[in-house]
Formats: sequence, structure tokens, C-alpha cells
Amino acid sequence: MSESIEQSFTLHVPSSNENLAMIRSFVNEIAKRVSLSDEEAALLAVAVDEASANVIEHAYGHDASKQVTVRATIDDEQIRIDVIDQGKGFDPDMIERKDPRLLIKERASGGLGMGLIQRIMDEVKYHVVPGEKNELKMIKKRHKPA
Amino acid sequence: MPESFQIREELIGEVRVFHLKGFLDAHTAPIFEAALHARVAAGSFRIAVDGSELTYISSAGLGVFMSFIEEVREHGGDIRIGGLVAKVRQVFDILGFDEIFQIFTTAGDAVASFDASPAAEGEDD
Repeated sequence: MSESIEQSFTLHVPSSNENLAMIRSFVNEIAKRVSLSDEEAALLAVAVDEASANVIEHAYGHDASKQVTVRATIDDEQIRIDVIDQGKGFDPDMIERKDPRLLIKERASGGLGMGLIQRIMDEVKYHVVPGEKNELKMIKKRHKPA
Repeated sequence: MPESFQIREELIGEVRVFHLKGFLDAHTAPIFEAALHARVAAGSFRIAVDGSELTYISSAGLGVFMSFIEEVREHGGDIRIGGLVAKVRQVFDILGFDEIFQIFTTAGDAVASFDASPAAEGEDD
């Protein structure tokens, strides 16, 4: 194990979908620091966008007086992004990953976000204390094992 | 309306073409949904989407495609997509949308495909 210096960057934005673009810009800056490819950076931005959009809609019900926090922690091994809110908690086990084919039959427009996050990131964990602090922790490894 | 996402519509033969430009996320998806809803409600079921100037899509954008495809196919039409840039295309592929939607290299190919086969193929698997 080599020693690596951890760096942390934090963005706070009001809980509104119009700020998703700012969140993606923040993630793109992080991606540049760790020299991700354009495609990898784009996917990282999608994962964080999805997590933030979930918070804005489900945890805060589009209440722009609330804040969404995105914290990025990078070291030699990985990029960890935590999306943090103080809103309505949820039971992570209740989150279904539905097949898009099923969602189409239901004419649903939602239900894809968590599936995208889980496919893009290497690890996804929740730490939920309803009404106090909910954290979605997402990890992307910088070097895939051979 | 935000400038970060724009739609230009065009009618080529019987195909309604939506040229999408910019960022399609939870903030802008309602614009696309409203535009698509208006045309589908008015009876346009042959729909091509030109994604050549679409620079970003999240699940909210994909959800718009998802919520209309069944109705459009029931009416003998389809939603076909062309011209996606690699960064956007990979998001479609990750969720398996490339198996649900016909995706073409160019928007022109998507439009032309309606001449050969106006209805969706392999819908009943």
C-alpha cells in the first residue's frame, strides 16, 4: 500500500433542479483533477446528478430553502462522492431496481436513477438517519484491478 | 425557459423530427416531455430524435423516451434515435435502451428507417 494524500472538496447548493448543472460542473472539475477520460467523467457526472436529483425530489420535495451537499474525496486509489441531505430519510432496501422493459409497460418516466448509479459506480452505500443526515456514498476506483 | 436545453422540430415526410440541443436532465426534461406529449396527443406516431447536439442526458431524459414509447408503438409508430455522441450514447447503453429503441448512427438514418419499416420490430418478445 502506498501512502496517498487525501483531498476533499465540498459544494453546497439550494435544493432545486436548476442547480444540477452546477453540481455536474463541480464533478467535472474533480474528474479533471484525477485525469478521468471524457467518457468516465461524463458517467461520474451522471451518477452524482442522479443522486442529487433524488435528494431534491424525494428528500426535500423541491424545497429550495434546503441544501444539498456534494463532497468529493480523492486519493490515489479512488474518488468518493458523498451526496448529503437533512431531509426525509428512506429505507435503502426499499429501493427497487426495475428492468426498463417493465417500466416501459407501466409507462413510467422514473425509476431509472438508482440503477444508473449502481451500474456506474464501483460501490454504493447509504447512511441514513431520517430527518438528521442522510448520506449516499459512492466510490469509483481509479485503477481497476487487472 | 432555460437556455441550457433547446428543441427544434421539423416534419420530414410523415416523420416528426425533434432536434435536441444541450443538457437533458431533471430540470429540462419537462420541456421535452411537453413537446413530445403535444405531438403524440395530436396523432404523430412516427418520431425521430436527432441527438447530434445533445451533450448530456440523465435518467430524467431517458424517462421521457420511456414513458411515450408504448403508446407510440400501440399506434403503429415508433421513436427512433440517431446521431448520439459517445458520451450520451453510453448512458443509453448502460440501461439497455439500445435493446429497446432503434438507435442509428445519424439522425438522417433514423428518419429514413421509417420508409423501410414504419412500425417497431420485435416488440412482442
